[in-house]
Amino acid sequence: MNEALRRDPDAIIERIRQEEERASRGRLRIYFGSSAGVGKTYAMLIAARALKSAGTDVVAGVIETHGRADTGAQMAGLEILPRRSFAVPGMPQLTEFDLDAALARKPALILVDELAHSNVAGSRHPKRWQDVDELLSMGIDVWTTLNVQHLESLNDVVGGITGVRVQETLPDTFFDRADEIVLVDTPADELLARLKAGKVYGEVQAERAAANFFRKGNLMALRELALRRTADRVEDDVQTYRSDRSIDRIWKTESAILCCIGPGGAEHVVRSSALLAQQLAVSWHAVYVETPALQRLPEARRQRILAAVKLAEELGATTAVLPGGQVATAVIDYARENNLSKLVMGHNRASLWRPAGTLAQQLGRLAADVDLIEIGVPGMRGGRPEPAADVTLQVVGRRLKPTGYIVALLACGVGTALVVPLTGVLAPANIVMLYLLAVVGVALGYGRGPAVFSALVNVLAFDFFLVPPTLSFAVTDLQYVLTFAVMLAVGLVVGQLTAGLRYQARIARHRERRSHSLFEVARALSGELVVDQVVETASKAIEREFRARVRIYVLSEDDRLTLARGDVDTQGLDPGTARWAFDHRQAAGLGTDTIPGSSWHYLPLNASMRTRGVLAFQPESPRLFAVPEQRRQLETFAALTAIALERVHYVDVAQKATVQIESERLRNSLLSALSHDLRTPLAGLTGLAESLRMTEPSLSAAQHEIAEELVSSAIRMSAQVNNLLDMARFESGEFRLTSSWNSVEEMIGSAVRLSKRVLASRTLKTDVPADLPLVKCDAVLIERVLVNLLENAAKYTPPDAIVEIVAQSVGEEMRVTVVDNGPGIRPGSEQEIFNKFSRGVRESAISGVGLGLAICKAIVEAHGGSISAANRGGRGAAFTFTLPISKEQPLAPEADEFEVTE
Amino acid sequence: MTDGPAMTALIVEDDRNIRRSVCTSLETSGWTVNEAETLRQALALSRSRRFDLAIVDLGLPDGDGVDLIASIREDSQVPIIVLSARSEEQHKVRALDAGADDYVEKPFRAAEFLARVRAHMRRQHDGDKGEQEVYALVGDVEFDRAARVVRKHGKDIRLTKTQYALFDFLVRNAGRVLTHRQLLREVWGPGRVEHTPYLRVFMASLRQKLEEDPAQPKLIITETGVGYRLIAGETSGSESS
Repeated sequence: MNEALRRDPDAIIERIRQEEERASRGRLRIYFGSSAGVGKTYAMLIAARALKSAGTDVVAGVIETHGRADTGAQMAGLEILPRRSFAVPGMPQLTEFDLDAALARKPALILVDELAHSNVAGSRHPKRWQDVDELLSMGIDVWTTLNVQHLESLNDVVGGITGVRVQETLPDTFFDRADEIVLVDTPADELLARLKAGKVYGEVQAERAAANFFRKGNLMALRELALRRTADRVEDDVQTYRSDRSIDRIWKTESAILCCIGPGGAEHVVRSSALLAQQLAVSWHAVYVETPALQRLPEARRQRILAAVKLAEELGATTAVLPGGQVATAVIDYARENNLSKLVMGHNRASLWRPAGTLAQQLGRLAADVDLIEIGVPGMRGGRPEPAADVTLQVVGRRLKPTGYIVALLACGVGTALVVPLTGVLAPANIVMLYLLAVVGVALGYGRGPAVFSALVNVLAFDFFLVPPTLSFAVTDLQYVLTFAVMLAVGLVVGQLTAGLRYQARIARHRERRSHSLFEVARALSGELVVDQVVETASKAIEREFRARVRIYVLSEDDRLTLARGDVDTQGLDPGTARWAFDHRQAAGLGTDTIPGSSWHYLPLNASMRTRGVLAFQPESPRLFAVPEQRRQLETFAALTAIALERVHYVDVAQKATVQIESERLRNSLLSALSHDLRTPLAGLTGLAESLRMTEPSLSAAQHEIAEELVSSAIRMSAQVNNLLDMARFESGEFRLTSSWNSVEEMIGSAVRLSKRVLASRTLKTDVPADLPLVKCDAVLIERVLVNLLENAAKYTPPDAIVEIVAQSVGEEMRVTVVDNGPGIRPGSEQEIFNKFSRGVRESAISGVGLGLAICKAIVEAHGGSISAANRGGRGAAFTFTLPISKEQPLAPEADEFEVTE
Repeated sequence: MTDGPAMTALIVEDDRNIRRSVCTSLETSGWTVNEAETLRQALALSRSRRFDLAIVDLGLPDGDGVDLIASIREDSQVPIIVLSARSEEQHKVRALDAGADDYVEKPFRAAEFLARVRAHMRRQHDGDKGEQEVYALVGDVEFDRAARVVRKHGKDIRLTKTQYALFDFLVRNAGRVLTHRQLLREVWGPGRVEHTPYLRVFMASLRQKLEEDPAQPKLIITETGVGYRLIAGETSGSESS
């Protein structure tokens, strides 16, 4: 264990990731039973009611009572989610579990009966368990019910016992991922008694059911299956617990299983492998080696094999379709690459048709160290695959290329024409050799069919023209049959070899083309700098590569998905599905489990930081998605696109940042230049006016007054320039607080001193308690606030007014109020006066542009405080601002002693 | 104050109009003024002549006025008054820490400026006479250094050790702007120069004992963002006009 820990940190990270995922996921509890009527729903409802009365937020998402009164009674008091109804013309009204309503309601726990149920067409997911999966992924706990016969891997077994095969199945992986399994068990006799009493189905139905499904033998077998499956599961839990959160589960891949999917009984082999993997608690792979022979299989059979591959994927396998000439070597190579030591395959009987032996025999010869498990395949007679039902298809499916046959005829004709004059010269054996050469040539050039044809034509020509009696097909010597046989055999062998080589070459070409196109796309995308270009390049490449229609949704700045290209031709395209794929980072639409009815496939463009968009893809033939390689290829393209989009995004971000820095720098230098160029002349002007007053000889009284007025005007103007510049700085968001611990008393004192001249004859009072706490603030700016408030008070009050500053600490804030007994604020303008360029009295003689209070507001809000104005009921105005008081006051200085007076 | 032998001032300011107004104000008060436009000129002048006062603008075209202040302080204790722009507290503090005595914000009134000059000249003059024994301060406060006693309205005020040390330093530098750093270093030692909250607490307690209304102090003035100043008798009189 420790060694394992040391060996692979990735394993630990993987485990942590899994645990995190599990922590954020809802918990799944399955009430598991052997058959209908054992009381699963009933048990679930009782438990849910108990939880509900304990205060948990429980909602019944969907409950199928089947008209059972006992069960129905238990639903009383539970919140029931209304079902979604589907209106299908000409059909009775269909209702279904409403997933979106459940997600919107987001209860702590939701009850969803009958996990294996298939949803009504038109629902988001084809299966209810997929709805449940989505609920879990959104962190909602789910309780549900399940019968043993619905388990995918037990489907065959149950079918064998009861003779009834259910269509609604649940992947075992989903069952195994459940956090809790609760077995609801009822002995067969009791269940039958219940059935008779009509508690399970209505009376009429009951008798029919008892005759078919509910036979005692069946029930006992099903019960055994359910108990055993639960026991397996419990054992797994124990194992997991015992091996201390089993990090070695990841290591068990060493002995993982490889399932070989072949043309016969593929589904059965896949299910058995899944069961085996589950019992051994190992991961498993499934491969299908597509040989030239298999590739020529009729479409329908090929589909069935690919469907088995898909089934394996659903059952939790890693799947691959491998092109290759030899099944055995391809399988062994794959097993070696992926470290798989157990090979599972369908059983084939050895036969004369297979000189190399069965697959198992070949594998055994190639690799003695792997374990081979052969599965008996039902429906296989004499080791041969079940008879192909679609022979006609086969003929139609095979394309006849006339060229080869024409060449074969020509070769034969020319050869015969050359050889006939030489009949006397050449020995017949050599003439045959020439014909053989023609067969080999045709076989090399055109494959098996033309080769056989060539052999036939050549033998006929040889017979007709050269074998006595010439110019007749009569054969006197039986040995020419041998000639024909040899020629046919050579033609076949060479044709076979050529076909194999061609197939390999085609595969190689295909691979080469695939990697080349990937390379091309990667190169093209790496040069793009704009989202539209990326989208254009990627869509074109994918359309070309997959012969499909492609649309790409990209994320806009306000987090919406928008179609990048201005396409109008978006028939069947659903932005809702695209959004779903985007939000869940999962493919949706065609070929997936989410809205499979759509003609579009939606692939999220997942980049390393986040999902960048959604690729909508409409292939010409939906078959594309059955081949895992194609799907992976498409995913690679999507990944390339996503990376390109992410790169473009960051290029954009970087550019914006540069522009922002540049404009901020410009604004700052502009502001400081402005401030210098405006303030300096004003200071100079003030100085000059002052000098004027002091010139010798002394000025007259009137001149003196003018000079004085010049000085005070210049100073006022200077103050206003300061205000304007400050406001510009605040607006640009570019001023920084230099906060430190300050005493409100000091700031008030200093502001009062600075405002002395402005306040002139007005009486100023202060009410500042001595024990106010210190506040963390920018003292210079808060002093500005106070000065501005005092100036404001002075501006709007008569010269004999009384202005008072009151400071108090209220709760967690310092409240400072400047009160005057002037005319007050115009009612209704209490907010407005803090706006820029707003003034108490319009067009009045009072100077100022109305920035003072706006600056106050900016400063106070930058400190996290607030400022407000109010009328004191006709007795003047009150301006109050607050500053937050930090709970952590600074360290008090150490205790101090009194000076001892001598 | 303006009587006696003509005194010489050095003014360093790059703006012609401001320089001219300072010159006029000083000259009408009987000063001889030497003008410098740049840091280089000023440094040359300050090395070749003796001045009784230096008026220094911080933002000079060819350098920082703080360099000049430091250079003057190397061998002279003449009052240095800084001309500074508004909301440049950092610059003021730097200049004061380098040895300047006071600052005036542009634009300023001639009367205010001259009052500052007078206050500093008097402080200088008093300093020349040696340490005083008893200081009479604003608001009928008396500081008796010899007896280590502070009196207000004739009554003894009990100060703690730290309060006394603080007050003593303020009184000895009456009229000068003392930065937080200078005060903290003097009273609490060089290790505590960042502990401004200490200063706030002790200043508040001093004011509580010495001021009529601590929220409108007349004796110990707060120079917001910079430091404190103890008003010397004469200055406060002219300032409140």
